[in-house]
Amino acid sequence: MSARITTADVVHVARLARLALTTDEIERTTAQLGDMLDHFADIDGLRLDDVDPMTQPYPLSNVLRDDVARPCLDRDEVLAAAPDGFQGRFRVPPIIGLVE
Amino acid sequence: MTSTIVDLVAGVRAGVRTAASVLDDHLAVIAEREDEVHAFNLVLADEARAAAEGVDAAVADGRDPGPLAGVPVALKDNMVTRGIPTTCSSRILEGWRPPYDATVVERLRAAGAVIVGKTNLDEFAMGSSTENSAFGPTRNPHDPSRVPGGSSGGSAAAVAAGFAAAALGSDTGGSIRQPAALCGVVGVKPTYGVVSRYGLVAFASSLDQIGPFTNTVADAALVLEAIAGHDPNDSTSIPRPPPVITATLGDGVEGLRIGRITDLPQGADDDVLARVEAAFDALSDAGAKVVDVEVPAFTYGLTAYYLIAPAEASSNLARYDGVRYGLRVEAADTNAMYMATRESGFGDEVKRRIMLGTYALSAGYYDAYYGKALKVRRLIADDFATAYEHVDVLITPTSPTVAFPLGDKTDNPLAMYLCDTYTIPSNLSGDPGMSVPFGTGAGGLPVGVQVLAPTLSEPLMFRVAQSLEDAAKDDVITAARSEPSEASPGTANLRFGERSLRGDE
Repeated sequence: MSARITTADVVHVARLARLALTTDEIERTTAQLGDMLDHFADIDGLRLDDVDPMTQPYPLSNVLRDDVARPCLDRDEVLAAAPDGFQGRFRVPPIIGLVE
Repeated sequence: MTSTIVDLVAGVRAGVRTAASVLDDHLAVIAEREDEVHAFNLVLADEARAAAEGVDAAVADGRDPGPLAGVPVALKDNMVTRGIPTTCSSRILEGWRPPYDATVVERLRAAGAVIVGKTNLDEFAMGSSTENSAFGPTRNPHDPSRVPGGSSGGSAAAVAAGFAAAALGSDTGGSIRQPAALCGVVGVKPTYGVVSRYGLVAFASSLDQIGPFTNTVADAALVLEAIAGHDPNDSTSIPRPPPVITATLGDGVEGLRIGRITDLPQGADDDVLARVEAAFDALSDAGAKVVDVEVPAFTYGLTAYYLIAPAEASSNLARYDGVRYGLRVEAADTNAMYMATRESGFGDEVKRRIMLGTYALSAGYYDAYYGKALKVRRLIADDFATAYEHVDVLITPTSPTVAFPLGDKTDNPLAMYLCDTYTIPSNLSGDPGMSVPFGTGAGGLPVGVQVLAPTLSEPLMFRVAQSLEDAAKDDVITAARSEPSEASPGTANLRFGERSLRGDE
């Protein structure tokens, strides 16, 4: 198994990603991510110090529109598609509850 | 079902055939083979019939029915349709009815197209075989024991099976071009920003691009012209008019410089490489000059992509949290609800990519993985730009193999990722690419040849693709004439492959 990622790393990342992975999934993910990170080591030898990172293909910046009110999504239609629409709002379980 | 979109539209616009009858023909084919192929998550027969009648009414009234009048189009089920379920083939969106239409949906309707259904995909477009669908795999119409490719496998299969005259897919790392190659149809990934992403459910926002599947190059040009163009609702949409492609489609390749990448990553099968060589020969015969070029960073595309795309996906898919749409698994507090909902709603591949992306972005690893991948992305774009100083287009295989059997790669994610080796780099650079059917390989299965071109050079790319299609057609006709006793289309295609191999000797 790759030394690049440990089970503890995977448990930590799963919590960051809000995924309640099972024990089996954690084991499998550790092995699979390890294999991938080994493969991805092919870029380790590249000299990249003077290279600018590229975040998007076509350079557009500060794309703005006129500050004019436009029609927006229908509130009732949006809430109808929610798991728990309630009195014009999205209702969720308590935010302060059991400790994870 | 053999008529092209160009002919079909001409017939409908002239009142020679009705959009309703065209739709009925396609619905009949769906009824016949959809159980076997499973291209669709949803067939919209009633909505399609109403749309077709609207087109016919426009023709009867003397109104312009649009450039795609009566064309049955299938939509990948990651493009939102108001009031019509849009699932991304994920349990987490099952039953969700979007409150708006994607820009491409509005443009298709305005052009007179008839939307026949929503097609199956790898969940959230993550995969290369359409096996990662919560609703079961799509099968390749050429051989139902094999995959159609992915992630837009349902769209590719729908066109190949004659369920629709055209389909839209999305291409983040090859998800239009690779299934097009495996299903023997034309598939186009336009320049990033040419087609609006508004209403395309986001996978990796800096890579995703919508494009068409069709049976012919001219048909793809017609559909792309109809859906392209600036959209104020997509801030990454290029503020330019749509490309004009059809006008120069027949201009040929005389004098063009066709690039052969000498340091292309290895791994393509011999039957595929033989077809790519035949493509170089065909273009050379048509008056183009084949020029060797290097694109050194091409080989690092896979690594850069599988760090950048999952990183963006992990952020984009944070929105599926059981609050605003789709599935919720109830739990005592909000955080537990998020975790239970996401664990239950996402499939294995989506979870794998969220994990990989979250890891690549996490404190302590950002610079080593995501940050480095962004720099490699720049190298790839720069290397393409340098190559395009010496050549007009590049030709490569689309997929390293022909369609593979279902289940072949499902236990080995990395092997599945390698399917995208030749398609990924142009998503990273943002340049356009398309796959054109060019004969057959092992088992008589279709092989696609990929044409890559510089940013916003769609007209040029399509000219080259048209030349390849013409050459393929000529070869089929020549082969059929030489042995008229076996002139069925299938055997003609097979002989086409053999003939070209002999020609290489």
